[in-house]
Amino acid sequence: MLDAAFFRRWMAEAAAVVTREADRLTELDSPIGDADHGNNLQRGFAAVVTALDAQDPKTPGAVLVLCGGKLISTVGGASGPLYGTLLRRTGKALGDAPEVSREDLAGALGTGVQAVSTLGGAAAGDKTMLDALLPAVEALAVSFEAARAAAEQGSRDTIPLRARKGRASYLGERSVGHEDPGAASSALLIAALADTADTATDTTAPAKDGSDV
Amino acid sequence: MKMLINVPETVVPDALRGLAAAHPELTVDVENRVVVRRDAPVEGKVALVSGGGSGHEPLHGGFVGPGMLSAACPGEVFTSPVPDQMVRAAAAVDSGAGVLFVVKNYTGDVLNFDMAAELAEDEGVQIAKVLVNDDVAVQDSTYTAGRRGTGATLFVHKIAGAAADEGMPLDQVAAIGHRVNERARTFGVALSACSTPAKGSPTFDLPAGELELGIGIHGEPGRERRPMMTSREIADYVLDSVLTDLQPRNPVLVLVNGMGATPLIELYGFHAEVARVLGERKVTVARTLVGNYVTSLDMAGVSVTLCEIDEELLRLWDAPVRTPALRWGV
Repeated sequence: MLDAAFFRRWMAEAAAVVTREADRLTELDSPIGDADHGNNLQRGFAAVVTALDAQDPKTPGAVLVLCGGKLISTVGGASGPLYGTLLRRTGKALGDAPEVSREDLAGALGTGVQAVSTLGGAAAGDKTMLDALLPAVEALAVSFEAARAAAEQGSRDTIPLRARKGRASYLGERSVGHEDPGAASSALLIAALADTADTATDTTAPAKDGSDV
Repeated sequence: MKMLINVPETVVPDALRGLAAAHPELTVDVENRVVVRRDAPVEGKVALVSGGGSGHEPLHGGFVGPGMLSAACPGEVFTSPVPDQMVRAAAAVDSGAGVLFVVKNYTGDVLNFDMAAELAEDEGVQIAKVLVNDDVAVQDSTYTAGRRGTGATLFVHKIAGAAADEGMPLDQVAAIGHRVNERARTFGVALSACSTPAKGSPTFDLPAGELELGIGIHGEPGRERRPMMTSREIADYVLDSVLTDLQPRNPVLVLVNGMGATPLIELYGFHAEVARVLGERKVTVARTLVGNYVTSLDMAGVSVTLCEIDEELLRLWDAPVRTPALRWGV
């Protein structure tokens, strides 16, 4: 089962990986965007870590609601409302349970991803973060590692797509051949989740059959 | 790329401190990133709040003052401000007559202003919104995020601001804003890419002998790249795009807008070509503005905005305005 501490570690890991990969995200955002995706997410997740230290939310849902609100207040652009809504709605869907299962998280994340789709008016194949998140949610029902692999594959699969939403859409055919930076950062967020689950398995109670917690 | 900055992280607050030092008639909250005219809220008058990413100066902070914006919310460079800023600005300028949000059609701006409108209304502020989407370079709005908001933003700020100054109620000020937007069209070209402070190098690669047609205002590439053209050829191409879409029967306002790194001598030379084409096409010019107003950092290039007007819109355009970047009649 996953408790508030697990979710805090996930957010801290997300902050770390966004910082490590900020330059790559910004590079991806240059040919088809405006070259700031890495910096914006880095700023937002740094604020998330500070808020978690200051407020100490007690349930998984409360952790994600707090983090989502913080992203909305600090990131700006389209990423702020979209990532903020993802975490807030996922957190709300988790309710106030002190611990949740991976399956619970998969269901809640599905609600969060649906909210992102509604807010941004995008669907699968539009070359957006949804192209990483939708397959990840489905695979999370199987395992954390499957979710990581699905998100990474989904992000790579945006390369041949023509963007239909967001700023890359203005490029039309010229958006083809580039990986979507939002899908790439979504894959990082899911990778951070899988890494957090790995660590939890290593240091606490490894599942006997070697599967994910 | 050399830049006149300290460190990239403080570019926006540094510029706000400078704006405050230069313009004591503005209240600049550097920490919360809100620029407010000092005499706000103005009793009985509708207030205008706009904002967007920084890097488009003088838009938006340079348009705050009597006859134009009541407040502006600057985001990070090319990044929409966050809802907290708009909520704070709305609370600071609302006299009880309501607040008009002027929003450029970019996904981030739309999402953040929508969230802010909800929050401000919860706090009892009446909000109306005008979405600016004047960029004709975006042809296929079904398969994109829709036409971008660019040069026409200045016309909406000025004319709706004058309407508010005359004491019109919120729905009427909003209606004026919509009317301006519906009759305004823009097309922009870039001769060079711009460099964001965070990246420190050009956001896309534009070879010396080529130009980008149909750019937005965030350093994003345009819809087409061609071998470099003369000022005359560019004016023909740009105005053909605008006039095909607008087909004005009434006089127009003309904005020949520099993108940030094109000197005024080139802008005026280009405007001579613009005036020639408009004459050939029998379009009557009511008023003209040439200069750097809705910029894209250090991008070289130009955009042309035409806005078809009537007597009321012309009266509001000519009304007094007193802001850092636009002032006349006072």
